[in-house]
Amino acid sequence: MKLTLRVWRQKNAGADGAMSTYEVDGISPDMSFLEMLDTLNEELIVKGEDPVAFDHDCREGICGACSLVINGDAHGPERTTSCQLHMRSFQDGDTIDVEPWRAAAFPVVKDLVVDRSAFDRIIQAGGYITAPTGAAPEAHATPVPKPDADFAFEHAECIGCGACVAACPNGSAMLFTSAKVNHLNVLPQGSPERETRVLDMVDQMDAEGFGGCTLTGECATACPKGIPLPSIAAMNKEWLRAQRRVARR
Amino acid sequence: MAPTVISMALATRPDKDTAPGKAPGKRPSPARSGMRPSLVRSVWDSTIGKKTVMAVSGLIMLGYLVAHMIGNLKIFFGPEDINEYAHWLRTMGEPVLHYEWALWLVRIVLVAAVVLHAVSAYQLSRRDIKARPAKYVHKRKRASYATRTMRWGGIILALFIVWHLLDLTTGTVHPGEFEHLHPYQNIIDTFSTWYSNVIYIVAVVAVGLHVRHGFWSAAQTLGAGNARRDKVLKATANALALVLTLGFVSVPVAVMTGVVS
Repeated sequence: MKLTLRVWRQKNAGADGAMSTYEVDGISPDMSFLEMLDTLNEELIVKGEDPVAFDHDCREGICGACSLVINGDAHGPERTTSCQLHMRSFQDGDTIDVEPWRAAAFPVVKDLVVDRSAFDRIIQAGGYITAPTGAAPEAHATPVPKPDADFAFEHAECIGCGACVAACPNGSAMLFTSAKVNHLNVLPQGSPERETRVLDMVDQMDAEGFGGCTLTGECATACPKGIPLPSIAAMNKEWLRAQRRVARR
Repeated sequence: MAPTVISMALATRPDKDTAPGKAPGKRPSPARSGMRPSLVRSVWDSTIGKKTVMAVSGLIMLGYLVAHMIGNLKIFFGPEDINEYAHWLRTMGEPVLHYEWALWLVRIVLVAAVVLHAVSAYQLSRRDIKARPAKYVHKRKRASYATRTMRWGGIILALFIVWHLLDLTTGTVHPGEFEHLHPYQNIIDTFSTWYSNVIYIVAVVAVGLHVRHGFWSAAQTLGAGNARRDKVLKATANALALVLTLGFVSVPVAVMTGVVS
């Protein structure tokens, strides 16, 4: 396959960026999107040019490192991560636009790499359970009803890639935060901190400068792990419940 | 999964004094400092809280719109019927309440709802725009028409309310001889001018679109939405939007076609 790429190039966080056009040839339809970018970078290095910086790690679709907006869609046209997107999703001769996640809370570090540490700080605000560590507890010691376990697992699938923020017209982190809140709040292990968790995480989310939710649904459409839109309503419910409970204390 | 969670607790527990992630100039997380602000403060300061204010005020206005639309339909039963209704609006609650007290109570609640809704919307919109300063070079259409037009629709509606009150409540910009408590003739006068019909029908369509996304959205904000209920909520939102639009539009159409004269 022969492709024309228009890639966002930006030297560093302070520099102005722009789209640069590159031609790549000899792309196999079986290559992943990242392998296609590797091919481009090899050519750029041989030519003595600066290779395109992009985040990647496991390349198995489970780590949440890759973060490309491809033709306006976070992670491109398939419902998966950029690393699991294959070139067979494109046609020979296509022009493909590759841009970084866009959000005030995710500043561009270089080219296609953005700083997503805002997500880490939301997790630090309450996305954990406080428990004595040690050997794994006996599995039957804390019964979890099957529907709750399923609900928790559905939300635990979030890999924190930030596609929800990238897709949201308001740069909102509601889907990410709701996935983390719902995952822990429904489980008995998470229930002692049920109220403080949602209040603190939402507080941190706001402090990071993410936008508010207008229920456009773009986040859930972009999510490679299929975190559903009603997660946001479930978090709102938790938040309102926590506000009432904390006010009564 | 439990061991993973536990190790995460070790790895990510924030240090209380040097809790990271506070954007410079932002207030410290009140939750972790152990000093929670009052309920009103923490609701108003939060994006979710402001959306809750919007949802509740929106539902109040929606309830009023349904009642208003049903009241408007009385025009089809003749001048006595609707003029009598206008009179009743002022005497409702009597003898417990004095003349017009109940009506003023409704007006006060509505003004509060409009102001809270608009201020929240303005503040949240400013925040949202700031949160996405750079646009994507590769453009594509996002979200449904009703969702994308919430902000402009809201502005159109706010301007419409001003005109509508000046036209049919105070009579200031009324095109004919405005007569207090004679809505039948007043309505006919208004809808006998082409521009009033245009303004009104545009506003009513904006109401329909606004309610279509707004009702469903309010349900999500108030935590009433879930996967099972989603179809019912969407259908209710569409039905409300359609009924309100048709109900309101029927009046100018009836005047224009001479059904009501």
